[in-house]
Amino acid sequence: MDAPGMDPKEIIARRVALELRDHSLVNLGIGLPTMVARYVPAGMDVAFQSENGIIGFGAPPPHGMEDPNLTDAGGGFISALPGAASFDSLMSFALIRGGHLDMTVLGGLQVDATGRLANWMVPGKLVPGMGGAMDLVAGARRVIVAMQHSAGGKSKIVPELTLPPTADRRVSLVVTDMAVIEPTDGGLVLRERAPGVSVAEIVAATGATLLIIGEVPEMPIQTTKPLASLPV
Amino acid sequence: MRRAITAAEAATLIADGSSLMFGGFMGVGTPERLIDAIVERGVRGLTIIGNDTARPGVGVGKLIDAGCVAHVIVSHIGTNPVTQKKMIDGEMRVELVPQGTLIGRIHAGGSGLGGILTPTGVGSVVEEGKQIIETGGRRYLLELPLRADFALIRAHEADYNCNLTYRLTATNFNPVIALAADCVIAEPDEIVPVGVIPPDAVRTPGVLVHHLVERPR
Repeated sequence: MDAPGMDPKEIIARRVALELRDHSLVNLGIGLPTMVARYVPAGMDVAFQSENGIIGFGAPPPHGMEDPNLTDAGGGFISALPGAASFDSLMSFALIRGGHLDMTVLGGLQVDATGRLANWMVPGKLVPGMGGAMDLVAGARRVIVAMQHSAGGKSKIVPELTLPPTADRRVSLVVTDMAVIEPTDGGLVLRERAPGVSVAEIVAATGATLLIIGEVPEMPIQTTKPLASLPV
Repeated sequence: MRRAITAAEAATLIADGSSLMFGGFMGVGTPERLIDAIVERGVRGLTIIGNDTARPGVGVGKLIDAGCVAHVIVSHIGTNPVTQKKMIDGEMRVELVPQGTLIGRIHAGGSGLGGILTPTGVGSVVEEGKQIIETGGRRYLLELPLRADFALIRAHEADYNCNLTYRLTATNFNPVIALAADCVIAEPDEIVPVGVIPPDAVRTPGVLVHHLVERPR
């Protein structure tokens, strides 16, 4: 059901990358969302923030050239691009909560019919802590959820959250390996299909009701080459 | 002007049951020599406040490995299985606070504010037991100030007036916790003569710092 030769995560990352806008400030969550930086459309100027205190970071330096004081939110080594800025955590979260962050891309465990996100804990199983996720969802202008459509055969798009919500806010867009879904006042609107996936297959794989308005187009996934200077 | 002390001398100030704020994000920007000295001293029952518990053997992860800690107030423990095990076994109490709220509460605690109003956590378990205040058409949680007995800071450069600079992402919580503790101990990578750090480069004015730890040998 996936596009030939394309990994599900790559489909998601490539489609999310089309949401990037020129001259914007963007925060990418750890894991799948980080892959979005590989597919920045050519010529677009996007500043990436890492919540631990830097805007304008680049790919990990070659082995032997790492700086122990220059890391991403996962603790991995990064580089600073010319024009980068570093700052303390108070500034970092003022940027996040204060309306200065144009977009955040986060992973998800569940999204429900009202567009609420759960992504920070599974009671009794996984309690990593929310880190910056609750601030990001509360404060970013656009919140994009990048996640696989299903986990263990179960839809991650559910009628109502069964996991603890991250915030009471409705997210802006959900991008999965099967579909692009926009939560609206009326419910979850199916906006796009992944290449080669039918509307019927998406509806069958989705726990919540989807609104289908007219013809649902395929994702206009680009085949932009990864930029070597950006984090992967 | 202040004479630098050893990490071991600094550790003798910290008693069982003290509360410590620490700088560091996944251990980056944590004063490792001070942490080692506290582990060496065998302090017990600490409350530690900072971004995360790093990994076993790294940063404050060493305090947790050594059984020094009774209570943790952080935003994330996902990278430290020892923290999770001690939490599940009931050996250690873990309080999870959203990262922006945590740094905001520390800032409030150190700058004379009665708390912060934040939209973060509204509609989640974080709001339980907290006052919700509606203003300007939006709902906010009242989050109360946070202070500690000690702040343990990792700086890049210090001078003997205790002015401090930081480097890149090792900055994180450090300049903010310098405001919010009764005793502030700074561990710099380098100590330079007074006058070498340009006033504009000082991120923490020396008046906030009580003790300076010697540079690494």
